[in-house]
Amino acid sequence: MLSRTFLIIAEHRDGRLRQISGEALQAAKRIGGPGDRYVYAVLGHGVSVASRKLAAYDVERVIAIDHPDLAHYHAELYADAVQRIADTCGADVIITGHTALGRDLAPRLAARLGWGLVSDVTEITRDGEQVRFIRPIYAGKAFEQKEVLKDRFIVSVRVNNIPAALPVEADAPVEELPYAPALPLRMVIREVVRKIAGKVELTEARVVVSGGRGVRSREGFRVLEELADALGGAVGASRGACDAGYCDYALQIGQTGKVVTPELYIACGISGAIQHLAGMSQSRIIVAINIDPEAPIFQVADYGIVGDLFEVVPLMTQAIREWRSSSVAD
Amino acid sequence: MNLYVLLKQTFDTEEKIVLQDGMIREDGAKFIVNPYDEYALEEAIRIREASGGTVYAVSVGPERAAEALRTALAMGADEAVWIDDRHIADEYGVSRALAAYLGGRQVDLVLAGLFSVDNGAGQVAIRVAELLRLPHVGSVTKLTLSGNKALCERDAEGDVERVEVTLPALITAQQGLNEPRYPSLSGIMRAKRKPLHRLTPEELGLTPEDLAPEVLRISLSLPAARRTGRILAGEPREQVQALLRHLHQDDRVI
Repeated sequence: MLSRTFLIIAEHRDGRLRQISGEALQAAKRIGGPGDRYVYAVLGHGVSVASRKLAAYDVERVIAIDHPDLAHYHAELYADAVQRIADTCGADVIITGHTALGRDLAPRLAARLGWGLVSDVTEITRDGEQVRFIRPIYAGKAFEQKEVLKDRFIVSVRVNNIPAALPVEADAPVEELPYAPALPLRMVIREVVRKIAGKVELTEARVVVSGGRGVRSREGFRVLEELADALGGAVGASRGACDAGYCDYALQIGQTGKVVTPELYIACGISGAIQHLAGMSQSRIIVAINIDPEAPIFQVADYGIVGDLFEVVPLMTQAIREWRSSSVAD
Repeated sequence: MNLYVLLKQTFDTEEKIVLQDGMIREDGAKFIVNPYDEYALEEAIRIREASGGTVYAVSVGPERAAEALRTALAMGADEAVWIDDRHIADEYGVSRALAAYLGGRQVDLVLAGLFSVDNGAGQVAIRVAELLRLPHVGSVTKLTLSGNKALCERDAEGDVERVEVTLPALITAQQGLNEPRYPSLSGIMRAKRKPLHRLTPEELGLTPEDLAPEVLRISLSLPAARRTGRILAGEPREQVQALLRHLHQDDRVI
């Protein structure tokens, strides 16, 4: 087979590469072979630090477009920019994360380029030359295996599923393309309100502490936030907690809401409705804390504690803090 | 104002998924309007109530999709369009059919859900925007119309972006945009007299070759059952100590 070029869309935030950048490269290498070429694309404003970090990975080169207009994701500007980078390097396959950026950009690009698109992929397998993409449907109640029928295609991969490629202390060349905006601009970003500054993003978190109706109030979620902070994780919620107004819908986990697959999921005061289980049951380890021993959440939990979350969760937070401070002292 | 809502009928989110002969069993399953599409529909109805216009609900699907369109009419859509998906196998085909239909219409605003709770790819609406050369704003949690512009708040992984888009445009609805209404009894009665058009891809000028899929489903599977867990015994302090020891020593997750 002829050598193919894989274009991997890197993501970064505040100069740090997001883990999806390494995961998307790994996904590309599972589809391709050693004879194929791998190129990172990076867009944004002030991307030189991110570009240098990307150059340390096992890629042929890094192509950057750096401009204030690209400081925040903009569907049309990003689609134009990626299209130009794809033309420049002769991309055959584009890999993005199934992130806020990738899930919005990939369908636009696919329609524009006339390429196939497999979205939200959690696993990639090979059967000889044939590559199979595995993706959850019904939020993980089932899985489908897909094949691409076109030579050129796009894949968006779910965060936290494919192990990230690691930097290899390489020094790939960084090439910068000039910014050439499409005019006229029909969509303008007026303001960006950072709500999770300094915090771990929910779908990317390795630990999720999640609350349900049993948390009983907005204030009740503080107890969960403290545990999440102690574990370096993020806070999530069930639909019941969101509907009751205890937290923003942005935190909702379930078939409506976000699907998360962290290493550790701690469900506090969540009964475990089917629609919630769909959003978290692929987590590696599940802990359930609930006052009701009959709650269905215990059926999917690796560890269960029947008890009052307002007693148990602070004990966990305290124990972890003590343990952390003593291990620092060691 | 011509408001078009892209709508899909999906399994109820409380349904379990059962495989039979390699397919998802549909017998006896409860079907609903995809919850995200409900937000889109509700928003379109509110815009019409505030400033006039017509709300069209459009669905590509099998014959049962007509039930979801009847629900949309009962909620307050003015007209419904069902496009038969018999020769359509993927998101590419669905978006081609929708774009072929909308391309012949005077469109001011297209509204759709962020994704469908069944396939969950979130491709179709944004593909339609690109095929129609419309700008789009994804994951909208607040929408205000002002002249020929729409002011949107969108959810971007926890951050909130305020963006302004010139109409005609397409937006996808995220949770929190509104609280969809239930159809009233009089709405259900009125819906019976509202037009529900049936179209085939051929009538939209699309040949089977135009709709040839780009990706194919090879097989389906169910997730492996989780191993049975254990309930930790003892006083709360002992339970917590045991839990943390397991998580650290056995599972290495903390």
